[in-house]
Amino acid sequence: MSERVLLRHLDVPNIRKLDVYLAQGGYEAARKALTTLKPEEVTEQVKASNLRGRGGAGFVAGMKWGFLPKDSPKPVYLCCNADESEPGTFKDRAIIEWNTHILLEGILIAAYAIKSHTAYIYIRGEFALGAKHLEEAIAEAYAKGFLGKNIFGIGYDLDVYVHRGAGAYICGEETGLIESLEGKRAYPRIKPPFPAVYGLFGSPTIVQNVETLSCVPSIMKNGPAWFKAIGPETGPGPKIYCVSGHVEKPGLYELPMGMPLRAVIYDYAGGIRGGKKLKAVMPAGSSFPVLRPDEIDVNMDFDSMRKINAFLGTAGIIVMDEDTCMVRALEIVDRFYHHESCGQCSPCREGTGWLHKLLVRLEEGNGQAEDIDLMNKISDNMMGNTVCVLADAAAMPTQSYISKFRDEFLAHVTLGRCPLKKNGATHQHAA
Amino acid sequence: MPKLEIDGREVTVEDGLNLIQAAERLEIEVPHYCYHPGLSISGNCRMCLVEIEKMPKLQIACNTRVTEGMVVKTTSPKVKAAQAAVLEFLLINHPIDCPICDQAGECKLQDYYMDYGVYRSRFPLQEKVEKRKVVDLGPQVVLDQERCILCARCTRFLDEVTKTSELGIFARGDRCYIDLFPGKRLDNLYSGNVVDVCPVGALTSKDFRFKARVWYLEKTESICTLCANGCNIDIYHRRGQMYRFRPRSNPDVNQYWMCDEGRLWYKELQKESRILRPLVRGEQDFAAVSWDDAVDRVVSRLTHIKEEHGAGAIAGIIGAKATNEEVYLFSRLLTEHVGTELVAGLSWSPANASHDDFLIKADKNPNTHGLRALGLLNGGVSAADVLAAAEKGTVKVLLIFAEDLVPACGPEKLEAALGNVEVVVFDTDYSGTTEYADTVLPIGTAPETDGTFTNYAGRVQRIRPAFAPPGEAKPGWEVLSHLGVKCGGTDYLSSSEVFAELANKSPASAGLTYSKLGSHGVQLPEGEQSAKPATT
Ligand SMILES: Cc1cc2nc3c(=O)[nH]c(=O)nc-3n(C[C@H](O)[C@H](O)[C@H](O)COP(=O)(O)O)c2cc1C
Ligand code: SF4
Ligand code: SF4
Ligand code: SF4
Ligand code: FES
Repeated sequence: MSERVLLRHLDVPNIRKLDVYLAQGGYEAARKALTTLKPEEVTEQVKASNLRGRGGAGFVAGMKWGFLPKDSPKPVYLCCNADESEPGTFKDRAIIEWNTHILLEGILIAAYAIKSHTAYIYIRGEFALGAKHLEEAIAEAYAKGFLGKNIFGIGYDLDVYVHRGAGAYICGEETGLIESLEGKRAYPRIKPPFPAVYGLFGSPTIVQNVETLSCVPSIMKNGPAWFKAIGPETGPGPKIYCVSGHVEKPGLYELPMGMPLRAVIYDYAGGIRGGKKLKAVMPAGSSFPVLRPDEIDVNMDFDSMRKINAFLGTAGIIVMDEDTCMVRALEIVDRFYHHESCGQCSPCREGTGWLHKLLVRLEEGNGQAEDIDLMNKISDNMMGNTVCVLADAAAMPTQSYISKFRDEFLAHVTLGRCPLKKNGATHQHAA
Repeated sequence: MPKLEIDGREVTVEDGLNLIQAAERLEIEVPHYCYHPGLSISGNCRMCLVEIEKMPKLQIACNTRVTEGMVVKTTSPKVKAAQAAVLEFLLINHPIDCPICDQAGECKLQDYYMDYGVYRSRFPLQEKVEKRKVVDLGPQVVLDQERCILCARCTRFLDEVTKTSELGIFARGDRCYIDLFPGKRLDNLYSGNVVDVCPVGALTSKDFRFKARVWYLEKTESICTLCANGCNIDIYHRRGQMYRFRPRSNPDVNQYWMCDEGRLWYKELQKESRILRPLVRGEQDFAAVSWDDAVDRVVSRLTHIKEEHGAGAIAGIIGAKATNEEVYLFSRLLTEHVGTELVAGLSWSPANASHDDFLIKADKNPNTHGLRALGLLNGGVSAADVLAAAEKGTVKVLLIFAEDLVPACGPEKLEAALGNVEVVVFDTDYSGTTEYADTVLPIGTAPETDGTFTNYAGRVQRIRPAFAPPGEAKPGWEVLSHLGVKCGGTDYLSSSEVFAELANKSPASAGLTYSKLGSHGVQLPEGEQSAKPATT
């Protein structure tokens, strides 16, 4: 893959401006789709491309669109999930802020495909610049007739609204997002029914991640076969890898899906900072299992990751060097889930707090050996047993940290302090 | 009608039921906190997990609809372990308040942890999340945030049933708490119901708090008599004292709810003003007499007046607070045994009586419909006709059953009408009307009486005596039966006998008996509810 698609702003300055975007062939994919294809045909092509969701779960986008009821009298809604709050994940933000029109074009094509006339972009509240750039781009698109009434003269109408969140991770969960859009507390809904059947305002709704939608124009432009050839056929396409932590060159890397994790860390991100040794990687944001250094010869795609009991998630690659305390690292992860659990389900509400408090105690050197197994048990009891998967997102890393770095957890108990700190100094905590 | 198997037993149920409801049909209780049949499904407590064949994960029973051929296990080791885990989660931050908690004895948390043997074995954490303990929500309800398990039943009730949304859930995770929205008070007509829906001791009733331990109380099925809706209730009582009313579910009448005024109505039924003995007016004041003396006196007066002035000098007015049995016996006594036609029903409510489009009816009587069905409110003789006749002097004796005529007819009118008439009052409490009485016969209130009321919609519903009337008071049907016997009528042994007889007077209710009325009553067919008045 030679040309960057999603991070094209790195190659073409100012591509967030409509005139620049148009000069690059912008909105031609949408024009082609809307003027030459029926909605069902667009859906077919997206399905044929095997485009899988980039928001974490990796569900085949075209298939999800196919779940919409055929003859519903209700309006269909498209929600673009721009709530990007997963730790170690900052890819959607780049697209929104600097390659804004590719997202709008993706929304236009997707909305046409699912016969929706109203799309909402639910954007994380902290993304003030992103919201501003979106509003500007939307205004430009309306002015040029790419949004609004009778788009491309085919009698198709689409309105796009930006809705800014108020700052909760759970608003990124698709049904939490829908509740929040409806003006309610972002309590995820029990499923079934799924949003495709009963979503926003009780109407059929498709929720799709920013990066997922931003892939759609290139599929329309180059065809599903082109897309499928980028990386593994079962989950192909251009992919943004977010690398953070103890590497020489943290940042975003747009590469084909299925890059070896080792290559991303060492060849692209410049390897471990200061020539240190690698200790651990969270390859998928914070919601999935951690990997040891001997596990990084894996390809970063949905199916390869599953084979080693890991996940691709958002491809938020958090790299930790040899000086990292794994108890402290997990304490930070679980602090996040403790803070962000919406509090609806008993196992998640109580379990996230329980885990976090045990970790704080352990990390301060006041833990007991039984606490380690207790955390495992608590995680077991949280998993697979709640309204949304936030509980699993806390339990999975917890269990993997404990099983893969057990000695370090035990050392905190036996030494009564962190073995990596001298003179019994403890870390600072934000409660 | 899907057929499924639950714990090895087959059951066929209607489509659309969830697994908690289906299991109930087999008398299997799937433990649950957040599910309530009168509210939307929330699925948050995760207590109702069950194992379903061919499903890898446990499923919540409350959000799983029955399907044909489903095989469900509610007590497998996997299910038990998961439920024990949920309980453990619920208990980590729960205060150990049971000895001072009003909910003790009817707390689902207490019940289930006994069942599951989760005895707080793993409590490594000292610091529980602290929340507010005594939050005054409104006139009826107090909240203890620490006891709350965040099942959202209360908020769903206020969002979905009253649509007043006074309460919300605030904060996130284990810091979540229930509270009033800013500027709001939990002060709606149905606010007390949140106490009933709360599965733990987080919401308690100001009225009932600390009054009694529930396990000392008896429970009797009854009907609220404060308005014509006839909400089904349970009376909680002990030794003739009532402690609270709570709604009893009846899908056709009140679903699971009752209004706050009805809930507190028990207090009005056990006031100081109760009449405890039969009374006869003496030189100045009432003198207590025995029942025999009182009844003999009434009978001899009736006989005497009839001989002297004819049956037309005797009249009766009966209020819509009387049971169907009382109305029937009263009407029979006067029309059949005495032979007068001057018998009127009276259903009176204040002009500005409160009502809404949910449960509360402007008709503040429990049995207006029954009076009408028994022919006493059908444009025949009215209470006004009777009083006019009394004023003219043609009526010499007036029997007034279960109605205070002062607010209903106005004091001047009553003074004019009753000034020169001999008055016999059958009632529970002293009132403006008993001031005019020459003889007072004390009868029981609804909680002390066996009988039926017919609600505004024509549903015949049963009340059962929770305890005997105080002092020497007797259930009204018994007093009327006694009088009837003395006047040559039938001696009824029970109110059920009276009911069976009166039911057969009308084709609409023919064949009805108390046992057929059951707990939920029977709806009479529309249009043909009216029975002929008892004929002479
Ligand atoms: C706790 C939680 C937080 C989530 N946050 C996000 C998010 O910020 N952005 C996102 O796209 N998806 C997020 N998801 C995933 C969404 O629920 C949903 O699967 C996704 O938006 C679907 O889009 P996709 O198929 O294009 O990935 C989250 C899921 C969970 C359980
Ligand atoms: S799993 Fe956690 S975050 Fe998700 S709905 Fe339940 S309590 Fe909320
Ligand atoms: S107060 Fe009671 S009903 Fe309301 S959420 Fe808490 S436990 Fe549930
Ligand atoms: S609505 Fe009427 S019958 Fe029901 S509880 Fe209130 S007063 Fe009683
Ligand atoms: S009763 Fe089913 S989850 Fe609470």
